[in-house]
Amino acid sequence: MTADELRASIIDILSEIAPDEDYDALKDDVTFREQLSMDSMDMLDVVLGLRRRYKLPIPEADYPKLASMNSTIEYLLPLLNEKEA
Amino acid sequence: MRPREESERIVITGLGLAAPNGSNLAEFRRALLAGVSGVVPYEIRYFGKTFAGVCNCDVLKYQSRRELRRGTRAGSLSIYCVGEALADCGVDWERVPKDRVGVYIGVTEHGNVETENEIYEIKQYDYDCSYWSHHHNPRTVANSPAGEVTLRYGITGPHYCVGAACAAGNAALVQGVQQLRLGEVDFVFAGGVSESIHTFGIFAAFNAQNALARNDDATKASRPFDKDRNGIVVAEGGCVYVLERLSDAKKRGAKIYGEIVGYGMNSDASDFVLPNAERQAQCVRKALDNAGLAPEEIDIVNAHATATVAGDSLEIQALRDVFADSKKTYINNTKSFIGHAMGAAGALELAGNLPAFDDGVVHPTINVDSLDPDCEIENLVLNEPKQIGRVRTILNNSFGMLGINAVVIVSKYES
Repeated sequence: MTADELRASIIDILSEIAPDEDYDALKDDVTFREQLSMDSMDMLDVVLGLRRRYKLPIPEADYPKLASMNSTIEYLLPLLNEKEA
Repeated sequence: MRPREESERIVITGLGLAAPNGSNLAEFRRALLAGVSGVVPYEIRYFGKTFAGVCNCDVLKYQSRRELRRGTRAGSLSIYCVGEALADCGVDWERVPKDRVGVYIGVTEHGNVETENEIYEIKQYDYDCSYWSHHHNPRTVANSPAGEVTLRYGITGPHYCVGAACAAGNAALVQGVQQLRLGEVDFVFAGGVSESIHTFGIFAAFNAQNALARNDDATKASRPFDKDRNGIVVAEGGCVYVLERLSDAKKRGAKIYGEIVGYGMNSDASDFVLPNAERQAQCVRKALDNAGLAPEEIDIVNAHATATVAGDSLEIQALRDVFADSKKTYINNTKSFIGHAMGAAGALELAGNLPAFDDGVVHPTINVDSLDPDCEIENLVLNEPKQIGRVRTILNNSFGMLGINAVVIVSKYES
């Protein structure tokens, strides 16, 4: 999986949670909470979306790593590629 | 009529509704007078093809798509109805103290839809509960639809749902009246809501009970009082009223739809599902006594009849008992148009009759091709609307499983 593929997949998950946002304008280095006015339930939706899509359990201690697009990709990409291998 | 102080008299000053054949009172009434059904062919997972009353109201009028996803269908219909009621009642909402507002929403059931959805989801993961959604609890708690209303409109007074099976809409109205009379709140949103068409379980269970309607034509499937009736058409919907004390309504010059002059509630204590005509008659009499009215002073009775073989004839038995000498009492039914809107039924069915205070017309019950002799009663308004002149009182029946009965009487307000 490439970073671009993962980014598209994360946008899919975010679009389900917050359907009326402009994802073309999403800044990858700014937190989702800040840009998309997400609360803790929304963040759990991101965790659940990733879990359902990739069957990847994410421990609570790692939730802060899902703060922005950049940090999410940085955290997930090696895990997913390792899982695929 | 029982005399009451103005501060004890509770009036309807606004309403919002979502029915399968109308998304506001004017549309709904038009459909009821024109014989337009809201029942359509419907398919739901596991159960398959059936019929349902499906609402087409624009819920995005009061919620974003994001808010819709967060909540439930029952919450969404409640928010729509409250939004419409608020606009209709003409109050200056900014100036209403939000801690003095009460929200009482009747539901037949709540949580089945979300539970079925979640089980369907985790089935794809071999029933691994770690895939279960964190939304399950907030969506399924029993106060959920009423709570969604408070979140949307910033209401900080009490809110809860009134669980009273298919008598819930009327029971919530009763609750609203009582809370205003007790002085617990000053401004009330009360009514009922149903999301039941989104749970396969309700269709499957009625079917298992041989109480789900079957027909070649969706619009003919719901046929209370007809000889060939064979069961219920499940519907979704909602109807919420603004209730205020007459003294407050007059102070702000509010339009008044009618006054809730009486109510009665009781329990059959006889069967889980089979209604009890004697208890129903007692409940109607209790409401009449509460209102200080004689049976012959009631102009319209909106029957609960759901088109089950036993239920309709038992209700008519109860009505024959109470209204035997009431030559000017007319009887109709709304489920023939929209199906059974469960928790919303009582509130919606009352709304469809309120315009009779102005136009003097009783909407009919449709789909009666051949009246069942067990359902014969004088002045049953069949298939065509009937102009009866002056309408001053409407009595609204609602009965539910486990033997819960709720009857509400509304009078035309005349200053």
